[in-house]
Amino acid sequence: MNAPTYNFAYLDEQTKRMIRRAILKAIAIPGYQVPFASREMPMPYGWGTGGVQVTAAILGPDDVLKVIDQGSDDTTNAISIRKFFGKTAGVATTTSTTDATVIQTRHRIPEASLHAGQVLVYQVPIPEPLRFLEPRETETRRMHALAEYGLMHVKLYEDIARFGHIATAYAYPVKVNARYVMDPSPTPKFDNPKLDNCAALQLFGAGREKRIYAIPPYTTVVSLDFEDHPFTRYRFNAPCALCGADNSYLDEIVTDDKGGRMFVCSDTDFCEQRQAAGHHGTESAAPHKEKAHV
Amino acid sequence: MTTIAEMPAGFADKVLSAQSTFRSVMDAMARPGSVQRVAADVGTPAGMMRGAAAIALTLFDHDTPIWLDAAMSATPDVARWLKFHASAPVVGDSSIASFALIGDAANLPALERFAFGSSEYPDRSTTLILQVDSLTQGPTFELKGPGIDGSALLQAMIKPRDLFQRLSINEVLFPRGIDVVLVHDDHIVAIPRTTRLIASGV
Ligand SMILES: [Zn+2]
Repeated sequence: MNAPTYNFAYLDEQTKRMIRRAILKAIAIPGYQVPFASREMPMPYGWGTGGVQVTAAILGPDDVLKVIDQGSDDTTNAISIRKFFGKTAGVATTTSTTDATVIQTRHRIPEASLHAGQVLVYQVPIPEPLRFLEPRETETRRMHALAEYGLMHVKLYEDIARFGHIATAYAYPVKVNARYVMDPSPTPKFDNPKLDNCAALQLFGAGREKRIYAIPPYTTVVSLDFEDHPFTRYRFNAPCALCGADNSYLDEIVTDDKGGRMFVCSDTDFCEQRQAAGHHGTESAAPHKEKAHV
Repeated sequence: MTTIAEMPAGFADKVLSAQSTFRSVMDAMARPGSVQRVAADVGTPAGMMRGAAAIALTLFDHDTPIWLDAAMSATPDVARWLKFHASAPVVGDSSIASFALIGDAANLPALERFAFGSSEYPDRSTTLILQVDSLTQGPTFELKGPGIDGSALLQAMIKPRDLFQRLSINEVLFPRGIDVVLVHDDHIVAIPRTTRLIASGV
């Protein structure tokens, strides 16, 4: 085999050291956004260069890597990142949530509960939960320093006044360890309770915005809410059409051009494991014609 | 005068040793009180334990001012080794240090002499790397905080004996504060600024 021309896991050692130091500070100050000198990666920003850099800084030859994009192991983005680390770090890859030691994710938290020793790496587009309220970085930084989060509560309460409920469905803000308000990245708020008291270490990387933040294992994470309007999860009120799960986050799939649709688990590994274990949904009992031979 | 030929080695494998050491430190920081092991082969200058040497080569470089206590600077060996293998500047002013290497923890200076970071940038603080007498035997320390499922028991021989009392300043300062990595031989234990002492015994 030819010797690779890139460093292990692509990044040079100086960059890894800088990112590693930022990760340690992020763990020590849960929910605080540590600035880091983000590097150009051989992929566009929208592909999660922050998450990729965090993964590259932690990954070792014994790791087993899973990459999901909106719950799926099979999107172009997920496959590309998996191949990238297979090639540059020679790590084993998997689609199994349970078997993975490092899981890089865009916009979902796996349904299967994570275990101690696992690391979940989030790709984050906009790390600053206060940005839409306050465009100036010096101001948001001051607000975090003083834990001045009144404006955020006002915004959420305005939602209630206008819509009768908090309209934020993704990137629903949380408070970490009773101190920092944090953006959980554009995960559906259905996933928010999984952030709390999680056995795995959660790391967040924002490439364009040059921020790394973290939630250590077993850390209290509370979704912002009000006594008279408590936080509620949301999912389509249907079982998964493929595996029958009634507790998983669902994607709505258009099945034909006549308005036909079905709901299936967004977490493909979760859904496939359930089907393999003998669980069925309405569509698996009456499969589409093109699947009739299966 | 130490020549390069006499200089203790660095990592046997720079890239993979730094990676495995970092994961041990990351696991330690994510699970305060848990004892992690540094597995990498590393040379050590006189007075420096393997764990401390491995952490230095993993995290130190020209961007990280290093402060050495009297024990670490008793001979020029440690400073020379750090400069040669990590290009890390050794500074006399502890309040600007990214890391402080403490060889004689019994004489640990007052924590106020290190950087706590600012309210806006609490990450701009000094991380203390403290060599101790044991991380498996000695008095017990019951700890709680992020990273700990309920409580964690650490058995360790730590000087200064009032280290955890001193670190209680972190509770007042948070999010500013001091993170500590305890080292004995190839064992490491992290005490980030969020960790609190519940009880200690003999
Ligand atoms: Zn399903």
